[in-house]
Amino acid sequence: MITAGIDVGSTYTKAILLDENDNIVGKAMCKTGFRLTEAARRCFDAVLEEAGKTESDVEYLVATGYGRDQVDFKDLKVTDLTASARGARLMFPGTRCVLDVGGQTMKAIRLEEDGKIKSFRMNDKCAAGTGAFLEKTARYMGYTVQEISNLLETSHNPAEISGVCAVFAESEVINQLSLGTPPADIMQGSIDSLTTRAVQLMKRVKAEPEITLIGGIMRFPTMPRTVEGRIDSIPNLADGDMPQFLTALGAAWLGRLRFKKLQAETVTA
Amino acid sequence: MTPQTNEIVGRGNKEGASLFRDWFNGLNETAKRGEGAAYVFVMGSFNEILKSFDMPVVFPEINSLQLAVRRAAGDYLNEAEDYGYSPDICGYVKADIAVQLRGGDHPMGQIPKPAMTVLTNACNTYLKWGEAWERMYEMPMVTIDVPGTRMAGGQTWEGNQDFANDRSYVKKQIEELIVVCEQVTGKKFDIDKLRDVMGHTNTVSRCWKELMDLNMSRPSVFNALTDGTIYLGVANGLRGDKAGADYFERLVEEMKYKAANGIGTLTEEEFRLIFVGVPCYPIFRRFNELFSEWKGTYVHSTYLWFASGGSNTGYQYDLSNPLDSLAEGTLISVRDAMDSMFHHDRVVEDMCKDFAIDGVVYHPIKSCRTVSTGLADGRRAFTERVGIPSLFIESDMMDQRVVAEAQMKNRADAFFEGLINRRLVETGANH
Amino acid sequence: MAYAAGVDVGSTQTKAVIINEDREIIARALIDTGANVVAAAENAYKLAIESESLLEEEVEWVIGTGYGRYKVTFGNDQVTEISCHGRGAVHMFPDVRTVVDMGGQDTKAIHVNADGEIDDFCMNDKCAAGTGRFLGAAAAALEIPLDDLGDTALKSEKGVSISTTCTVFAESEVLAWLGKGKRVQDILWGVHQSIAKRSMGLMRRVGINGEVAFTGGVTRNSAMVKSLEDAVGQKLHISGDSHYMGALGAALFAMDHIESSREPHTQEVQS
Repeated sequence: MITAGIDVGSTYTKAILLDENDNIVGKAMCKTGFRLTEAARRCFDAVLEEAGKTESDVEYLVATGYGRDQVDFKDLKVTDLTASARGARLMFPGTRCVLDVGGQTMKAIRLEEDGKIKSFRMNDKCAAGTGAFLEKTARYMGYTVQEISNLLETSHNPAEISGVCAVFAESEVINQLSLGTPPADIMQGSIDSLTTRAVQLMKRVKAEPEITLIGGIMRFPTMPRTVEGRIDSIPNLADGDMPQFLTALGAAWLGRLRFKKLQAETVTA
Repeated sequence: MTPQTNEIVGRGNKEGASLFRDWFNGLNETAKRGEGAAYVFVMGSFNEILKSFDMPVVFPEINSLQLAVRRAAGDYLNEAEDYGYSPDICGYVKADIAVQLRGGDHPMGQIPKPAMTVLTNACNTYLKWGEAWERMYEMPMVTIDVPGTRMAGGQTWEGNQDFANDRSYVKKQIEELIVVCEQVTGKKFDIDKLRDVMGHTNTVSRCWKELMDLNMSRPSVFNALTDGTIYLGVANGLRGDKAGADYFERLVEEMKYKAANGIGTLTEEEFRLIFVGVPCYPIFRRFNELFSEWKGTYVHSTYLWFASGGSNTGYQYDLSNPLDSLAEGTLISVRDAMDSMFHHDRVVEDMCKDFAIDGVVYHPIKSCRTVSTGLADGRRAFTERVGIPSLFIESDMMDQRVVAEAQMKNRADAFFEGLINRRLVETGANH
Repeated sequence: MAYAAGVDVGSTQTKAVIINEDREIIARALIDTGANVVAAAENAYKLAIESESLLEEEVEWVIGTGYGRYKVTFGNDQVTEISCHGRGAVHMFPDVRTVVDMGGQDTKAIHVNADGEIDDFCMNDKCAAGTGRFLGAAAAALEIPLDDLGDTALKSEKGVSISTTCTVFAESEVLAWLGKGKRVQDILWGVHQSIAKRSMGLMRRVGINGEVAFTGGVTRNSAMVKSLEDAVGQKLHISGDSHYMGALGAALFAMDHIESSREPHTQEVQS
């Protein structure tokens, strides 16, 4: 029995196929763009192809993320808060706080011992340094997203990129370049700024260990390393590119839960 | 430089810094003993009454700006925002809230908690700030409502019934303040002590007026922005103290010497400027350099007007009638402080006449609508009447996150290019 | 024949202009600035020199302008782009009293007096709303190349109203209109009008009391020209070299310097 979770984020759409033994049998990601339904469809087709499955193999499909309402072929929608919390707990059962740094939003979620959401705080576009900002900065300086990790390794003297606004921060990047600051230092400075905001967010929800990091940004080793340097515990980080898929994973898992429940109700009815 | 020059020039800055440290060391001792202080503000501080009760005074505005100058403000602001204060709330307030949350922790030493606070309506934020302390410490807050000028250029004076009414209104409130002080300190009000304190304040105020006027010299003898901040620190913190009075007498002596010997602040003083607003503390030295790089110096500022702690008008108290005179002096100086914020175009126009001004720099700040609203209109009114070039440069006095140095430099450079060009045209050396 | 050069190192593009003693543009070059500002200045300058087979020695004075003006390492002096755009615009259109420059990072309104001297300026340099960046954000959100923006927007018959003043929130607004089924051209035209309105605010602050010139890279966008003309209520002076206005102004200042150091009294001393 396979369930699917589709996370339509502001920048990227992610899909996960999960079997009844908690194995991930399919994983795919596409750029979201501005046609959300199409993006969801594209991503779903991609994950099916990757897994060698067809649509009829999927028993239940749960949509989450900022564009979940536009997924017209879903069986259920859940908030990304719920899905992220679930996905993080699945991978790291001791999770008490989830830090999700996405394309345009940053969230800190605090969980009870039983995994229920106790509180959360969000920092949306009014704060500098989310994933999209880092990508834009890299592109502006002539680097691809893939080159960011290597670029960061060469930073010696991070520039101060402060700013309360992603747009002001962009001005600062430009100013730093005009002064001749090396791109690596600008990139690291942006990450430092982002981390400061993330740590603030976690303080606001009174985060306690274990802290699980999710979101595309966490693929760059410097990011989780910088966060780790600023908090009192070692955060959980899934391998490879999984940090970006934990929300979709949580959605897929919730799909299975819901599907089983519906099956049980049908039987008893 | 002669030996005498070496001794006297720069003396004021050194002594000022030393007095400042002494003041904060004293506060540190008070804090360590677990005692409180009176929390007051630069626009109407009532140091005369408070010091007649020997109460130590804390100026949270000064504590906050010191944090910014020492590049430590960021953490404090973040802490206040974590606590729940919005990013657009006044940076002075937020920095102080964080100081309170940290139990008085401050780079200059521990700050004692408030045992009481007295404030005026010159700044609306003072009221909410005081209420925050009321909640935190359950201490008394005394608000003195000082009537302002009814319309620009329409100040009333002795002989006018409105003035007499305003003065007795203020006097009544000062009497209420005295009652609270007696309750908080457990001491009885001593009118003779008040006379002593007021006598020292008279010295400070008289000297302040002389000091400001000395900058009419060419070259000017102190920088109204950088040196001015030191003088403001002493004028407020040591208002009513003999040490403060002595300081200002010596400072005037130093500046008279400099004026007589043509000793200025820059190697070459090309442009004499006025500063309108509150300084940019997060990059304090650098901000001034944006202007000194072009041989520009600040000879006056509206800040030295409204933040002087009451010395702005040079008012001399009549010690034979202390309470009436204190009421009158408070009325005049606080009213004048409010005017310098709301009707600054007239103030600036007068300064331009007396100080041979080449340009005016307006500095609106994110933190404060009271000081910033209307600056653009005021500037336009001033330009239409006076025609002296001006620069509009925006940042904040506390929050580095909105201080964009490259953009500020761009504007300042363009301003000076215009000034230089204007001068070339005027002297006929046109291209 | 002496030549003078101006190099305008902007946030997005670097422009170089070389003029002769008659103050005519004889060479120009335009490249992307990228991350290496020093190299951008050098490359743009070299391109301009080579395009007319000049020798570097023939250029007697070089002035750098733009945000990267202190990085024009081979330059002799720096002048702000505010002064340069004012100077360049008046040189090209002597009757102009107000100049509006829309660049990659900021928008400025400059007022010049009857003698062509700058007497006031007003800038939108912290916030991207009302600048070329607003257009860039809209283009990215709609996945349209920047060069196609103008033509697409001009197809509109009725623009939607973009109410937000913040570039970042405008992206959401653009997507919301798309979601409501509005056409791309109508949304784009609304974005252009929004920028024109903001620019008008700047221009009113410095005063519009005569001819107006429009300079900077965004002048290539025909929809921006039209929406700005609608907002100002008069035709704007634009030249094919509007993009080079900053560099031209810098070159003019450079030529001023060359000429003033050749004053008669200097020649007397030499003879």
